[in-house]
Amino acid sequence: MGKSSLLKRLGEPDDAQPGQDGPQEQERDLSTQQIGKPAAPPQPALETRRVNVAQPPLRVEGRLAEGATLQGRYRVLGVIGAGGMSTVYKAQDLHFPRVQRICAIKDMINTATDPAIREMVVQNFEREASLLATLSHPAIPQVYDYFTDGDRSYLVMEFVHGQDLETVLEETDGFLPEPRVVDWAIQICEVLIHLHNHKPNPIIFRDMKPSNVMLDAQNRLRLVDFGIAKVFQSGQKGTMIGTEGYSPPEQYRGIAEPRGDIYALGASLHHLLSKQDPRLEPPFSFHERPIYKSNPLVSAELQEIVNRALEYDMNQRFGSAEEMKRALLGLRSARTSGRTIPGTMEDSQIGDQRAIWQFACEDEVRSSPAVHGGVLYVGAYDNNLYALNAEDGKFKWKYPADGGIASSPCVGEGKVFFGSEDQVLYALNADSGRLVWTCPTKGRIYSSPQVEFGHVFIGSDDHHLYAINTASGRVAWKFEAEGAIRSRPAVGSDAIYFGDDSGALSAIGVNGQLLWRFRARRAVISSPLLSNDMLFLGSQDWHVYALDLRSGWAIWRYRTGGPVVSSPAVDGSTLFIGSSDGEVYALDVTNGYLVWRFKTEDQVASSPAVYDGAVYVGSADGFLYSLNAKTGQLRWKFQTNGPIISSPAVADGIVYVGSMDHNVYAFPA
Amino acid sequence: MSFLRKLFGSKKQDEPAPVAPAAPPHAEKVASGSSRAQVGWVSDVGKQRTTNEDSVLVVQASQEGNNALPPFTLLILADGMGGHQSGEVVSALAARSMARHIVQQVYLSALAHRDHGAQQPSIQETLVEGSNLANSTVNATVPGGGTTLVCALLLGSRAYLSNVGDSRAYLVASNGLQQISRDHSLVDRLVELGQLTAEEAASHPQKNVLYRAIGQSGVLEVDTFVHSIQPGEGLLLCSDGLWGMMSDEQMGQIIAAAASPQAACEALAVAANQAGGRDNISIVLVQFPDSS
Repeated sequence: MGKSSLLKRLGEPDDAQPGQDGPQEQERDLSTQQIGKPAAPPQPALETRRVNVAQPPLRVEGRLAEGATLQGRYRVLGVIGAGGMSTVYKAQDLHFPRVQRICAIKDMINTATDPAIREMVVQNFEREASLLATLSHPAIPQVYDYFTDGDRSYLVMEFVHGQDLETVLEETDGFLPEPRVVDWAIQICEVLIHLHNHKPNPIIFRDMKPSNVMLDAQNRLRLVDFGIAKVFQSGQKGTMIGTEGYSPPEQYRGIAEPRGDIYALGASLHHLLSKQDPRLEPPFSFHERPIYKSNPLVSAELQEIVNRALEYDMNQRFGSAEEMKRALLGLRSARTSGRTIPGTMEDSQIGDQRAIWQFACEDEVRSSPAVHGGVLYVGAYDNNLYALNAEDGKFKWKYPADGGIASSPCVGEGKVFFGSEDQVLYALNADSGRLVWTCPTKGRIYSSPQVEFGHVFIGSDDHHLYAINTASGRVAWKFEAEGAIRSRPAVGSDAIYFGDDSGALSAIGVNGQLLWRFRARRAVISSPLLSNDMLFLGSQDWHVYALDLRSGWAIWRYRTGGPVVSSPAVDGSTLFIGSSDGEVYALDVTNGYLVWRFKTEDQVASSPAVYDGAVYVGSADGFLYSLNAKTGQLRWKFQTNGPIISSPAVADGIVYVGSMDHNVYAFPA
Repeated sequence: MSFLRKLFGSKKQDEPAPVAPAAPPHAEKVASGSSRAQVGWVSDVGKQRTTNEDSVLVVQASQEGNNALPPFTLLILADGMGGHQSGEVVSALAARSMARHIVQQVYLSALAHRDHGAQQPSIQETLVEGSNLANSTVNATVPGGGTTLVCALLLGSRAYLSNVGDSRAYLVASNGLQQISRDHSLVDRLVELGQLTAEEAASHPQKNVLYRAIGQSGVLEVDTFVHSIQPGEGLLLCSDGLWGMMSDEQMGQIIAAAASPQAACEALAVAANQAGGRDNISIVLVQFPDSS
């Protein structure tokens, strides 16, 4: 079919190249030359070559044997790394008998059979060597010597102690701290400035990637592989070689220029910060994988710099490495460069928030406020339902039930409805607070009411879902579930959906007949949400589910790190929900992919509210958080003196929340 | 029958529907095979190749009666890679592995239990698992082989799609074709980014290089999509032997002019061959009935 897979091609003979049948046939890839690292894993690369490795006596399986001596001067001590067309050895220079002078020897194999091409390969090598020998920069290893012997060419270089950045990243638990990465980026810019200002022609490194940068014990970097560095000549069509994943898109048009190195540096920084290896991702997909999605600790300013370096259009990138360095130096994190500090967000970045008002109830507020017609209604464990003026928090009235109120009130048809631990559903006049009717159940009520179709729908710990006429307070029907019902029912156009403690999510018709049922592994306390013909819910089995509204098929599910009690909120194509693992999650509603997550210090049972590009959510750590809905970055937080289980409500630019410190708070949204 | 009645169930179909005051009324409909989604397909060797390395697999199931399952339609298309391994063996193997997994996990499981539950993977996970199963089967059976694999599972009015490679899935709407899938081709990526023109791409040495395919080693990333399908709309799956030979607009016009999905597929294959038929041409088209 004339189609080939990039990955597959690496493992297959290339028909275009003769001499494939040797016993020591090895496959080598020019783009993966490395020093200081064992043989690289197979990587997608655009150019692969296959070679026959001859076996001179001083070699074992194509490699120089330990103890072998080259030119009567360099004794091989071992292999440092292999890849591409070369192997790198650690060797001792015998011309310095009194000291142990250790060097690195890069061994390049000339596989060409055509004499003219053989000669060209040698010339290329010697050009690379002499170019490197002229460079003098602390971040570029010194070249001591070079020579060619038969089908082999050798480059003798300064031995660089340390680890390459890819290895450093792999061995780091969690993420690398931003100041450390910024420090490296500045150092790399400095060496790029040196190369790009080389006279008479700039030198393009062309293979910037974490594995080509060595880090020594003093936190200094060295660029270790100039294997494909080319003298830059404007407009010249170069050979297309480069590790796919880091290389700039224009390289595929044969263009190599300094801004290509800036792109590759951006790609390397993206990898170092996000821990996502671009060689395993679609090509040039950095902008689709913003760093904050995997690592929310990285500052927006640094992400902006990385994004600019990664612009597809060269003209949109930094014009030079100098310009990029200046931008990096302007970062807050550049001021702490070089010091190892934990990569946490600095508190000073977070705006202070002050409450507009707060109102003290006589016991914990677990109920979520409802705001209607300028009045805030909320229940408290002091048995009262409170009505407060939403604007200034002034007390209007309260109504005492005979038990604590965890149920969140619902307002409709001029009445406010709520359940209580005293097993009764109450309907009060929303204006005066006078009792209109009560409806007793046989269990405590933690479920919150929902009003539709002239009925109140509410669950009880007596395992029943009730449909109660809003005018008369009479039970129209009740549906027996398999467990206590503590979630708020969701009412669709022709069905009611609710979860119970058995883990069942039931869909029942408006006349009370079962339509379908979905069984989670643990209780469903989270209230279901209907959106886009889908139903979203959380379960104590740690998952967030998206179900097809008609059939109950699971479309996708997402596993959090703990039971999910929080109820989902949807804004546009993003779903927000909290989990007992302390995180607030933003998921793509169509496929359940993680958009971002935000870590609080304790369980998040509170349900998020979305308003004007911000997500508001409480945590058991006592804070109310305001997060950027797109990025998950913290806008502000406010500490109450007790856990926040209550879910925030937002109306007319004010966000309201209750806390177990007995208070109800109001903040500017 | 009314939706509520169908799912919760009266005993016989000819009983009058129970009165449902608060529910929107549903029109009574005669149940028959003509109300299900119509599928057409073609797989053609083209003008310039000697073998057809594409595979097409279609499964349809419908039920009518008490508490019936939603209509089930599964479409799979795979375009095998040539070279050292026989592409046709690999594409057929991948299509069968995928079909087996989805039929087992989704339809056979629904025939066995009416309740859905968390013990079953979600449909999206099932598609990803099926693609991975196809990948491991190809790796184990035909090492070095490769194929694209695009799949559409239609359940009721929702379509679940998965894709690996550069075969495509399109939504066929009244205003033309909308590509749903994304090609995993290096050159297309470069065109998308404005780094190559379409002409440069056509002659680019890496034009046939995929960065993802069934048969690759290591972790396989599978794209998945979920779409709500409106009555009268359709879905088109095709190999690059079709979409590489004509514009999306031309394809949309041919489909709109055809009398049936099968006639549309045949007309598309004729047009691709007239344009040169450089590659194998495989097409599957499903059309949903208009709402009654």
